[in-house]
Amino acid sequence: MALRGNLRDFTITQLLNLINLASKTGTLVVDGASEQAYISFREGKLAYARIGKEDGNLASLLYKANKITTNQYRAIADRAGQMTDKELGLLLINAGYVTQEDILLNLQGYFTDMVRKLFTWVEGIFRFENEMLPPDDRINIKLDLENIIIEGSHRFRDLEKLQDEVPNLDMALKFTERPLTNVNLSLDEWKVVKFVDPKNTMRQIAETNMLTETEIRRIVYGLLQAGLVELARPADRLVRQYQKMFPTQDKVEQKSLLNKLIGRIRTM
Amino acid sequence: MQTVKMVVTGSFNAGKTQFIRSVSEIEVVATERRISSEDRRSIKSLTTVAMDFGRITVDEDLVLYLFGTPGQKRFNFMWEILSEGMLGFIVMVDSTRPETFREARSILETFRAYAPTPFVVAANKQDKEDSWELDDVRHALHLDKGIKLLPCVATNRDTVKTVLLELLYNIVKEVDSGK
Repeated sequence: MALRGNLRDFTITQLLNLINLASKTGTLVVDGASEQAYISFREGKLAYARIGKEDGNLASLLYKANKITTNQYRAIADRAGQMTDKELGLLLINAGYVTQEDILLNLQGYFTDMVRKLFTWVEGIFRFENEMLPPDDRINIKLDLENIIIEGSHRFRDLEKLQDEVPNLDMALKFTERPLTNVNLSLDEWKVVKFVDPKNTMRQIAETNMLTETEIRRIVYGLLQAGLVELARPADRLVRQYQKMFPTQDKVEQKSLLNKLIGRIRTM
Repeated sequence: MQTVKMVVTGSFNAGKTQFIRSVSEIEVVATERRISSEDRRSIKSLTTVAMDFGRITVDEDLVLYLFGTPGQKRFNFMWEILSEGMLGFIVMVDSTRPETFREARSILETFRAYAPTPFVVAANKQDKEDSWELDDVRHALHLDKGIKLLPCVATNRDTVKTVLLELLYNIVKEVDSGK
């Protein structure tokens, strides 16, 4: 059963979040209005991206980034047209024209730009193909998605949907198991992160940092999408209301009642 | 006679009425009327505008009532009323409609805020070809590992029983932990 839907209902940011958290390997295929996008992942990290007919081959990327000259670019096109990007990359590194870092940085920038382009797509059928891997003849990267996700969440403008994403500011936040390293956050986001603790509700964090309700919602949405925090019940609200839940206060009787219910349902 | 209550909640057309219908010994009481929106008409011709109500009699001393919340957001004022005194609740999610996941998340967080009672999430319509896999539903709903997400086919009594039992096991655990 493939992961599929429409960007109208499930945004690219949400998809990246899901792929990241689930450490998925495969390719996200999106049918846009006029072109198709292929974004490949390995274990939840961005590996490769292509939109439409853009070739994105290594030679053209390095040429656009002024890492190789026009003559070098032409020479590659004439004599090394049959080479894979991996072979070409090795050749250029060995010849001293570029470094491995040059190649990886340029590819990261290019693939990230492709994903950024997708953030502007508001409609389109998507499907995640587990069996479709990045093309063998292209150099794959291994880029963490958190920063792209946070960037994507900054674009989230629909206030009503933001309200749905973070409905109750009287809930608190706690960190997930994912480490908070190499994450680029704005000053306001760091201010919020500083106060992440089940003792502090989002409303309290907003008041302390002089943020409006919309601002705190947007920041928390970004942190949630990146999988850095999760919602939690505030620590001072762990009052159990069992006296209302059960018709009896006696624990033994409560257990007996529950066992009766379990027994009844099992025999249905 | 002792009565206890569980609430079945979730977004529009998630399968709440059918869930209760699968185990209730009485005909599920629901007031229905035709909807006016073109979009929603394509999904179902009738929708509940009052709560669903079902019953499971354990013995002459104990009855379990199942309350289904109205699916539409405009009836969310009823959620707080229905959540009072509940043993626990079930959030139904339509696995075939990712456009409802955001609302399901919102409903879940709203109920969690009302009452710190045990709950489970049921990914319904898992028998359909276009249903999302459980892991993907979990991530889409931002459910942490400690929350039970159960496959469900609301027309299948066995899966409905499993969901109810898992909720009851959660409740037993809470009572045992003495919190």
